[in-house]
Amino acid sequence: MISFKWRRELPLHAMILPGLVLVLIFSYMPMFGIVIAFQKFTPFHGWFGSPWVGLKYFEEMFNRPDTMQVVWNTIYIATMKIAAGFIVPILVALLLNEVNRAWIKRGIQTFIYLPHFMSWVILGGVLVDILSPSEGIVNALLKAAGLKPIFFLGNLDWFPRVLVISDVWKEFGFNTIVYLAAIAGINPTLYEAAIMDGANRWKQTLHVTLPGMLPIMVLMATLSLGNVLNAGFEQVLVLYSPSVYQTGDILDTMIYRMGLQSFQYSLATAIGLFKSVVSFILISVSYWLAYRFANYRIF
Amino acid sequence: MHVLSFGRRIFLTVNYTVLVLLACSCLLPFINVLATSLSSSPAVNAGEVSLWPVDFSLASYRYIVSNPAFVGSFGITLERVALGTAVNMLLTIMLAYPLSKDNRSFRLRTVYVWVFVFTILFHGGLIPWYMTIKMTHLLDTIWALILPGAVPVFNVILLLNFFRSLPKELEESSFIDGAGHWTTMWKIYVPISMPAIATILLFTMVGHWNSWFDGLILMNSPKHYPLSSYLQTVIIQMDYSQLKQEDIDLLAVISNRTTKAAQIIVGALPILIVYPFLQRYFVKGIVLGSVKE
Repeated sequence: MISFKWRRELPLHAMILPGLVLVLIFSYMPMFGIVIAFQKFTPFHGWFGSPWVGLKYFEEMFNRPDTMQVVWNTIYIATMKIAAGFIVPILVALLLNEVNRAWIKRGIQTFIYLPHFMSWVILGGVLVDILSPSEGIVNALLKAAGLKPIFFLGNLDWFPRVLVISDVWKEFGFNTIVYLAAIAGINPTLYEAAIMDGANRWKQTLHVTLPGMLPIMVLMATLSLGNVLNAGFEQVLVLYSPSVYQTGDILDTMIYRMGLQSFQYSLATAIGLFKSVVSFILISVSYWLAYRFANYRIF
Repeated sequence: MHVLSFGRRIFLTVNYTVLVLLACSCLLPFINVLATSLSSSPAVNAGEVSLWPVDFSLASYRYIVSNPAFVGSFGITLERVALGTAVNMLLTIMLAYPLSKDNRSFRLRTVYVWVFVFTILFHGGLIPWYMTIKMTHLLDTIWALILPGAVPVFNVILLLNFFRSLPKELEESSFIDGAGHWTTMWKIYVPISMPAIATILLFTMVGHWNSWFDGLILMNSPKHYPLSSYLQTVIIQMDYSQLKQEDIDLLAVISNRTTKAAQIIVGALPILIVYPFLQRYFVKGIVLGSVKE
């Protein structure tokens, strides 16, 4: 009987095998490769031949003067993105909900979803072009309005703002989808009852639409907790320059420069491990909270 | 037809204005770049171009299609999108089917699911990941762009949840007719899940088209860069070391800005072409993962 069961399940194991092997190589091997952080690693000696140095690189990481600044930049930029990226889609979904001509609504949706599908290389190219202090269209408009031109991508104050605004701009449209789906799922009789009770549109929004969106709002807020150390690697890499490292450099870009451009493999791995562990805790907590309070399961 | 109150009319006017402005903010930057790419370089440098080409010219496009580095990277991207999407989709289906079974008919299911889900929760980090790929000797080959990301766990979960929402009788009747798991998967599950699979397919293609960072670090020689990585080097890094003297002379004529704009447009064009198809599916696609028992 047991052998029959195994034989029945055999094709299922066979289907999983190729994917399993690839995941073991490309996801689990790098987890083993964390040993680099505890070695004086050189590619020539590899993971097994490099000498062990204990926590040396973790000490070095915490003793570097710029580490705290970069951690702060990362958390600051990521938190701003999470907050703005949470509020804007909700507001836009509420506004879209008030549009009752279907074709206008669809047209607006078509345009605001678009940036989501562009890579940061394309968007970075567009931003560098339109924000250029000498020839960009944004500064041309500022000048036309009698204002001083701003070097958006080279100014320490403006750079993080550009990161947050452009990230929200790229994603807000796409993120309205879940909220519009939630609004569409609200029972219409609730609105009828509210109208019977004399509620105007504003009261209906406040007492029917918003409560109807609340579960998905809670879920999105909780899941975004896992991104507190993800300030947007590709975006920053595309837009930043040495002149804005002070406010624009984040953990991911620091790891990249250190590890793959100046070949300090062990130090970069140590910083990467710090990030991975903190992110792991945050993501696990956020999934647990989402499961606990929003009854959300990923599978 | 009922009459709108005064307040309501003001609100609607403001609302439409805000929404139209938002829509414009998403569209106009691309129009501006398109207009720049189609204008002559003196007009662009004089700042005359905003939303309509001035002194219409296709010189920039002619330059980029005659540039072997651009054409070569375009070919590599096509290869990557085709091969990468095929591998991704095959693995997504082959993983989602067995993992959608319940624990009774597939006893190791939970173990397998956790092995895959754990890879979303924890990463080894950039450097160990790079070293792993270096050790597999894939660097500088097309497979470096395909195999490391071959298992898209999120998409597997999406399709898995879709498979689970299908009636169990489908599988049972297929087994009674004598089909095994492979036949049931290909002949029953895949055909009826076409909307879900099409969604994932389009997202996967866009993902392969757009990704550039892996190409940048995993290809040692710039001639193996896919288009997005190549664009990153020319648009963002402004690395002129790859240019030859005659290119530099030509650049003086057609201007760096119009060429860049033309390359941005060519890089974005395929996305714009599949966009209508994408749009038909992705709203459904987002919601489809949420159907659970």
